[in-house]
Amino acid sequence: MTLFIEQLFNGLQLGTMLFLMASGLTLVFGVMGLINLAHGSFYMVGAYATALATAATGSFLVGLAAGIAAAAAVGALVELIVIRRLYHRPHLDQVLATFALILIFSEGTRWLFGSSPLWLNPPALLAGSVTLPGGLRYPLFRLVIIAVGVAVAVGMYFLISRTRLGMRIRAGESDREMIGALGVDIARLYTLVFAMGAALAGLAGALVGALQSVQVGMGEPVLILAFVVIVIGGIGSIKGALYGAILVGVVDTLGRVFLPLFFRQFMPSSEAAGVGAAIAAMLIYILMAVILAFKPKGLFAANE
Amino acid sequence: MKRLASVGLGLLMTATLSAAQAQEVKIGMITTLSGGGSHLGVDVRDGFQLAIERAGRDDIEVLVQDDGNRPDLARSLANEFMQRDEVDILTGIIFSNLAMAVVPAAVRQGTFYISPNAGPSDLAGRMCHENYFNAAYQNDNLHGAMGAYMREQGFEKPIIMAPNYPAGTDALAGFKHLYEGEVVDEIYTQMGQTDYAAEIAQIRASDADSLFFFLPGGMGISFMKQWDSSGIDMPVFGAAFSFDETIIKAVGSAAIGAMNTSLWAYDLDNEANHAFVEAFRETYDRMPTLYAAQGYDTANLILSALEKTHPDDQDAFREALREADFDSVRGEFRFGPNHHPIQDIYVREVVEGDDGQPTNRLVGIAVEDIQDVYHTQCEM
Repeated sequence: MTLFIEQLFNGLQLGTMLFLMASGLTLVFGVMGLINLAHGSFYMVGAYATALATAATGSFLVGLAAGIAAAAAVGALVELIVIRRLYHRPHLDQVLATFALILIFSEGTRWLFGSSPLWLNPPALLAGSVTLPGGLRYPLFRLVIIAVGVAVAVGMYFLISRTRLGMRIRAGESDREMIGALGVDIARLYTLVFAMGAALAGLAGALVGALQSVQVGMGEPVLILAFVVIVIGGIGSIKGALYGAILVGVVDTLGRVFLPLFFRQFMPSSEAAGVGAAIAAMLIYILMAVILAFKPKGLFAANE
Repeated sequence: MKRLASVGLGLLMTATLSAAQAQEVKIGMITTLSGGGSHLGVDVRDGFQLAIERAGRDDIEVLVQDDGNRPDLARSLANEFMQRDEVDILTGIIFSNLAMAVVPAAVRQGTFYISPNAGPSDLAGRMCHENYFNAAYQNDNLHGAMGAYMREQGFEKPIIMAPNYPAGTDALAGFKHLYEGEVVDEIYTQMGQTDYAAEIAQIRASDADSLFFFLPGGMGISFMKQWDSSGIDMPVFGAAFSFDETIIKAVGSAAIGAMNTSLWAYDLDNEANHAFVEAFRETYDRMPTLYAAQGYDTANLILSALEKTHPDDQDAFREALREADFDSVRGEFRFGPNHHPIQDIYVREVVEGDDGQPTNRLVGIAVEDIQDVYHTQCEM
C-alpha cells in the first residue's frame, strides 16, 4: 500500500514536471499555430544556466532565477530571429526549422561546456527526505517540485482567466486575424507568449537537473513525453495539458512497477521483469492510441 | 593509363617493402574519447601510453582514434587502420557492442586484437579466436564476484537491478551464477534512464536486505543521487564500473559506504602497482581508475610479447602473448584457454579520503582465480 502511495506521489511529480513543459508547448501551438520541437532546448538552457549560476554564486535560488531568465531570454531571441519567419509556413517547414534549432543548441552546448554532465545539487535545506503522515518517507525536493507545479498551474489559471494578457491569449487562440485587426500588437504578444513558454521549460529543466544531471540532449526525451501529453490533452488546451500531464505521469510510474509484478503471476520472475519493463516503456503510447481512438482531438480539444 | 597503373603498383610495392624492412610495430587504438563514457576511453589511452613511454621503445607507434561510442564509426576506423596504416595490433575498445562490431572481422583478417576493457560473452565462448586476447576481464567476472562476496557476507535477500540491454542482462545473470541463491527481485530499467523514483519505491517496498546494481556511467550517478535523498538504509553493492574514481567524485558523499568489486585497486600492494600509480599521478595529475590500470596492463602485455618477437611471426607472437610474461599491476595474471584472464577479484569500499572527497579503499579478495564460464564453449 505504501508502495502504491509512493508511486502516486512519483507519478504526480513527473506529471507536474511534464505540465511545465507541455503548457508552454500547447500555448505556443494554440496561440500561434506553431509546432516547436526546440522546446526541449529551452529546458536544457534552463538547466545549464542554473548549474553555472549556482556554481558561481553558491545559491540555488539565484541559480534558479538565472536559469528561468536565461531560458526566457533565449526563447525571446529565438522567436525574434527564427520563429517569427515560420508562422505563415506549413507545419513541415516549422518542424524542419525547429529540428535544426535542436541540433544547433545541442552541438553549441557541447562545444561550450563539453559532453560530460554538469553537477547540480538541490540546496542543503531541501535535501534528504521527510516523513509524511502515514509513515511514508519521501524526498523533500520531489515534494517541492510538486508544489511548484501546482503553484504554476494555479498561476496560469489566473493569468489566463483574469488578466488582460490572458484575455489576449484566449482571443489569439480563437481568432488570430481578428485581434490583430482590433489593434492588439500581435508581434509583441507572440514574443511574450513564446518567452513565457520557454521560461516554464527552463524552470522544469532547472528543477529536474538538480534531481538528475545536467547534460547535452537532456531535453529531447522530455519533449517526446510533453508531445504525448498535449496530444492526449488536446492540442492548444492548458486544461488538457494539466490533466494529460498528470495522467501520463501516473500511468508511466505505476506501469514501471506494477506491470512486472503483474506478469509475475504467470511467468518466471526474471522473464517477467524483462517483459514488464518492455511493456511499461510502451504503456503511455498505448494509452495515447486508446484515447485518440475514442477522442481523436484529445480530451479537452481547444477551438471546439 | 596502363603505364600509370603499373607505376602506381610499383610505388605500392616499394611502400610495403620499406614498411616490412623497418620492423617497426604499429598499434591502432580505437577508443571512446567523446560522448557518454568518454572518461573510460581517456583513461585507457593514458594508461596505455604511459606504459609505452616508460618502456622507452621508439620503434613502437601508437595511433589513436575516437570512436564516439558509435559501432559504425569504430568499424570504419578499424578498416582504415588495417588497410591504410597496416597496423599489427588493434586495441582500445571500451563498449561491448562496439567490440562485437569490430573484433570478429579484424581477427579473421589476421590482425591481433588485445582488449583493454570490453569482454562480451560471445568473444569468450563460441566466437573466440586465436588472435583475440582480453587483458581486462570477461564481462561477467566482477558481477559474479560480487554475488559470491555477498553470499559469503551472509546477505540472504538481495534485490538486483540493471538496464534492459545485453550487458545488463549479462550482469544480472553473472551475479546470480555465483550468488547461487534466490534473489528477492530483479528490476530492469530503461537504457539511459535518468529518473529512478519508481525503482527506488519498489526497492523500499521490498523486504530485501541489500541492493546490487549495474548502472554504468551517467545512469549510476543519477541513481546514487536520488538513492541518497530517499532515506533508505540498505547496504549498496555493485561492480567497479559504477564506482570508479571519476563517478564517485561526481556523486559525492552519497557513494560513501558502497562496496564494489574490481580487478584492481590503487592501494593494491605490489611493486608494479606502486610504480604505476606514482607515475600516472605524476604524468597526468589525477588518480588512475581501473580503466587506466587496464590500459597500462594491456600495453605491458603487448610489450612483453614484443620483447620476444615481431607480430609478423604470428605463431610465435601469439605464443608470447599467451605466456603473459609481464608484471601486472593487479598481481597475479594468467590467461585461460580462451585467452581471457584468470585472476583475483578484489572488494573495495567507498570511504572518505584524506581530502574529504570519496575514494575507494581495498577491503580484501572476493574471489580468487575467477574464470569465466564460457571457456568451455570456446574451440580454438
